[in-house]
Amino acid sequence: MTAPLDVEPSALSADPDAVTNAESSKAVEGRSLKQIAWMRLKRDKVALGGAVVIVLLILIAVFAPLIVKALGHPPNDFHEDLLDPTLLTPKHKYGGINGSYLLGVEPVNGRDIFSRIVYGARISLLTAFLATVLSVTIGTVLGITAGFFGGWVDGLISRTMDILLAFPLLVFAISIGTVIQTANGAVLGLSGTSLSVATLIFIIGFFNWPYIGRIVRGQTLSLREKEFVDAARSLGASNGHIIFKQLLPNLAAPVLVYSTLIIPSNILFEAALSFLGVGVRRPTPSWGSMLSDAVATYSIDPIFMIVPGVALLITVMAFNLLGDGLRDALDPRAGR
Amino acid sequence: MSRNKLVKAGSVAAVLALGAAACGGSSSGSKPTSTGVKATYNAAIGGVVNKSTKVGGTINYVASSDFDSLDPARTYYAYSWDYQRIYQRTLMMFKPVAGKDGASVTGDLATGAGALSDGGKTVTYTLRDGITFETGAAIKSADIKYALERSFAQDVINGGPGATYLSPILVGGKTYKGPYKGGDLASIDATDPKKIVFHLTKAFADFDYLMALPISTPVPKASDTGRNGGANYQFHVVSSGPYKIATYQPGKVLNLVRNTAWKKDSDPNRLALPDKINLIEGLDSADEDQRVLAGSADMEIEGTGVQQDAQSKILTNPTNKVNADNPSTGFTRYISIQQTVAPLDNVHCRRAVQYAADKVALQFSRGGPIAGGDVATQLTPPNLSSYKKIDPYPSGSDNKGDLAKAKDELKQCGKPSGFTTKIATSNKGKGPKTAEALQQGLKRVGINAQIVAVDPSTYYSGVIGLPSNVKKQGLGLAVAGWGPDFPTPYGFFESIVDGRAIKKDGGNSNYAELNDPAINSLIDQAGSETDASKRNDLWAQVDQKVMDAAVILPFVADKALTYRGPRLTNVYINQAFGIYDFVNIGVTS
Repeated sequence: MTAPLDVEPSALSADPDAVTNAESSKAVEGRSLKQIAWMRLKRDKVALGGAVVIVLLILIAVFAPLIVKALGHPPNDFHEDLLDPTLLTPKHKYGGINGSYLLGVEPVNGRDIFSRIVYGARISLLTAFLATVLSVTIGTVLGITAGFFGGWVDGLISRTMDILLAFPLLVFAISIGTVIQTANGAVLGLSGTSLSVATLIFIIGFFNWPYIGRIVRGQTLSLREKEFVDAARSLGASNGHIIFKQLLPNLAAPVLVYSTLIIPSNILFEAALSFLGVGVRRPTPSWGSMLSDAVATYSIDPIFMIVPGVALLITVMAFNLLGDGLRDALDPRAGR
Repeated sequence: MSRNKLVKAGSVAAVLALGAAACGGSSSGSKPTSTGVKATYNAAIGGVVNKSTKVGGTINYVASSDFDSLDPARTYYAYSWDYQRIYQRTLMMFKPVAGKDGASVTGDLATGAGALSDGGKTVTYTLRDGITFETGAAIKSADIKYALERSFAQDVINGGPGATYLSPILVGGKTYKGPYKGGDLASIDATDPKKIVFHLTKAFADFDYLMALPISTPVPKASDTGRNGGANYQFHVVSSGPYKIATYQPGKVLNLVRNTAWKKDSDPNRLALPDKINLIEGLDSADEDQRVLAGSADMEIEGTGVQQDAQSKILTNPTNKVNADNPSTGFTRYISIQQTVAPLDNVHCRRAVQYAADKVALQFSRGGPIAGGDVATQLTPPNLSSYKKIDPYPSGSDNKGDLAKAKDELKQCGKPSGFTTKIATSNKGKGPKTAEALQQGLKRVGINAQIVAVDPSTYYSGVIGLPSNVKKQGLGLAVAGWGPDFPTPYGFFESIVDGRAIKKDGGNSNYAELNDPAINSLIDQAGSETDASKRNDLWAQVDQKVMDAAVILPFVADKALTYRGPRLTNVYINQAFGIYDFVNIGVTS
C-alpha cells in the first residue's frame, strides 16, 4: 500500500491518528465519519493539492471558450505562416512558444497548441467523469444486489462480471470505434462528435463496472452479516430499508475512493483510444490524438509531444493523489 | 509512415501501388548519362552517382515489410517489380539508365521490341541466345507462355496485374482460366522455342510495356507443380538473372548470391557487380532511417521516403544532404469528389469544392514541398509523356483557394450558404491531416464536412472502393492517390476514370464513378493510336475532360526524400519506378 504521508516531514504532523488521539483527550464524541474524514483530508496537503488542480482543470474545461478567446486562437484554425516551409515544424525555437501562442504551434498545420490543450481538457474530463458515473452506478447496483441476495442472483451477476472481465476490451473498443466512425446519420439521436464522445463513454464506462461491482459485492457480503444489519432485520426492516439505509452509507467510502481512482485510468483509456485513431472524431482536440500526431516529429519538435504529455501527467497525478488521500482519510487502517 | 501504408493498402486493393515514372525535372533533362556524376543533392535524378565497374562486395538493403509476393505473377508493388529485376529476367525491361530514357523499354530475354504485323494485332518477339534458368536449363518461349498463362489463374495465385491487363487484349483472354484448369491459351504461340507470338484482339500501343512487367518472367512448368507450385511457387522461385535466392525467410531476410548458370553475353543490360545482396525485412521505419544514415545499411528499398525526423537530419546537414534525392514518385494525390452523393451530383457544387480547397494546407498535410511534393493543378503527373500543364480551377495567387469563385459556384449550384458532406480517410498516416486541411479550407465558404476516419485495411476495398457504400454513407469527398502501373498514360488513367472499369462489387478505383462516354471513347482511341504525339494529345484531352467534370481535386504531385548510402555505386532513379534502380548497383568496398 502507498504511504504518501511518510513522504514529507510536514505530513508527519498531519498523521490523522496522532491528531485524533491528541484531540480525543478533549472530549470530541459525536463526530460523524464524514467529519473525521474531512478533518483528516484537510491535513493531507498532497491530496489537497491534487484537489486544487482538479478544480482548476474543471474550471478550465468549463470556461474553455472564454479562456481561448482571451489567451489563444480558435483551436481548429491553421497558421501555416508560422512554420518552416521545408520541415513543417515551427519556425521559432521551443515549438513556437511566444506571447501569442503560449504553448507553441502544431507542426504541419500550425494550430494553437494552447487552445487545443484547453479544449482537450473538456473531452478528457467529460468522458472520464461520465464513464466513471456509468460504471459506478452499474457496479454499485449490481454489486449490492449480488452480495445482498446471494444464491442464483449472485451466481448470475458474478459470472457476468467474470465474462466482462475476460472481455478483450481494447480490441472491442477499436472495432466499435471504427463502426461508429462510419455510421451514417444519427444513432440514438446522436451524430458526429457527440456520437463519438457518447460511444467512448459507453465503452469505457460499461466495461469497467465489474471492477467496482466486485468490491461492492465483497463489502456487502461482509456487511450483511454484521450485528447492525441483524438488528435492523429483527426489528422487521424491509430489504429496501436495509440496502438503502444500512448498507449503502457504509459502502459510500470504498465507492468514493474507487471512483476517484478509476477516473485517471479512464482518462488514460480515452487518450489511448484517441491515440489509436478510434477516439473522438477529428478535428475535435483530444490529448490522445495530439500525442499520436506528435510521434512523427518528436525528435525535432519535442514541445508538441511534451505539452499534451504533461497535461495528461498532471491530470492523472492529481486524481491519483486525491484518491490516495481520500482512501487514507476514509479508511485509515488501509494505509498502514 | 503514412505514405508507406497508404500506398500498400491501395495496392492490396488492386488499386496499384506503382510508383512509376519519375521525373524530377532536373536540369540534365533527357540526356541518358553515360558518364557518372558526383554525389550531390538530387544527383541521382538524371545522373549516375559513383559510376563504377568494380566487381565484388556485399550490399545491405533494408525494408519495412515483406514483398507482397516473390511470385512474378502475383507481385504488385513498384519496389518489388524493381527488385525482381536483380535476379529475374523478363521479355522486355525498363532501360536500366538514368534520365527519361529509363521509362522506355528495351529487350531483355527478347532481342528487341515486338515486331508488329496484321495491323498491330500480331506481336512477335525473338529470344536471345544463351538464356538459362539457374538450373542451367535453356529458357524456351514456352516458359514465358506458361508464365503469362499463370497470371490468369486468379483462383490459385491471386494478385498481380496480369489478368486485368491481358484478358481484354489477348484473343480468348476473357474466358481463359489459367493453365491449372483451362489448358493453354492459343493466342500465345510458342511453337518455335526461340520465338513467342501474341495474337491481340486489337492493336495495343503499350504491349512492350506490359511485357516489361514481372508477369513475363519465365516459369518452368515442371517447377510449378505439387507442393512447390501454384500458390507456393513464391517460396521456390527459379531465377533467370545473374543472382539466385540463397535464403528467404518471409518478413525477415532475402539473401541473393550469384547464379553461376547466368551468361553475361546473353544479357547486355546487367552489370552484376556485387557478390552478395542481402535484404533485411520487417524493420521499423525510423530504425531503417537510422541504419541507413549510420551506414550499417546501404539503402531502404521501398522508396517511399524517410520519416520527418530523418528528413531534418538530412536537409540540415550538408554531409548527409549530398547523399539524398528528392524524386517525383509519379503519384498524384487527390480528393475524389463523388457525383453519386448529393449535392455533389451538381457540377457547380463540385467546382465550389475545387475553388474553396486550401492547396497549401493540403500540400503541408502531405509533408510540404520536399516530403510531400509540388502543388498539383491537374490529374496527370508532370512526368507522364502526355503532360500538358493546365490549371482549370486556379486557387488564387497564394494557392490558398479562390473563395469568391467558390461562392459563385455555390450560388449556381443553388446552395449559396454552403452545404454539409463527409470526408472519408484512412485513420493512419497522413490521411487524417489531409482531411483536416480540406475541412478547414471548405469551411471558409460554408461547406461543412465531417471527417470519417477508418482503418486502412478496409479503406480502399470496402469503404470508398465499394460504390454502394459510398452512396449509403454519403461519403461525398474521399482522400485518395494514384500512380501508374507502367509509365504510360494508359497505365495511369484506365482504372480511375474509365467508366467501364467501375467495379460495383468492391475494389473500385473510379471512386467518383465517372462514366462519361466522351472520355471512354477517348481512352479507346488513345489505346489503339500508334502515333505517339497524337496519342499524347488524346490523353491530354482526357485530363482536361476529367478536370471539367470536377470529380477529382488534385492537390499534390508526389515527391519523396530518399537516401543512398555513400558506399553504393551506379546509383540513379529509374524513371519507370520513381525509385532507385537496383539492377546495376555495386559497392566500393
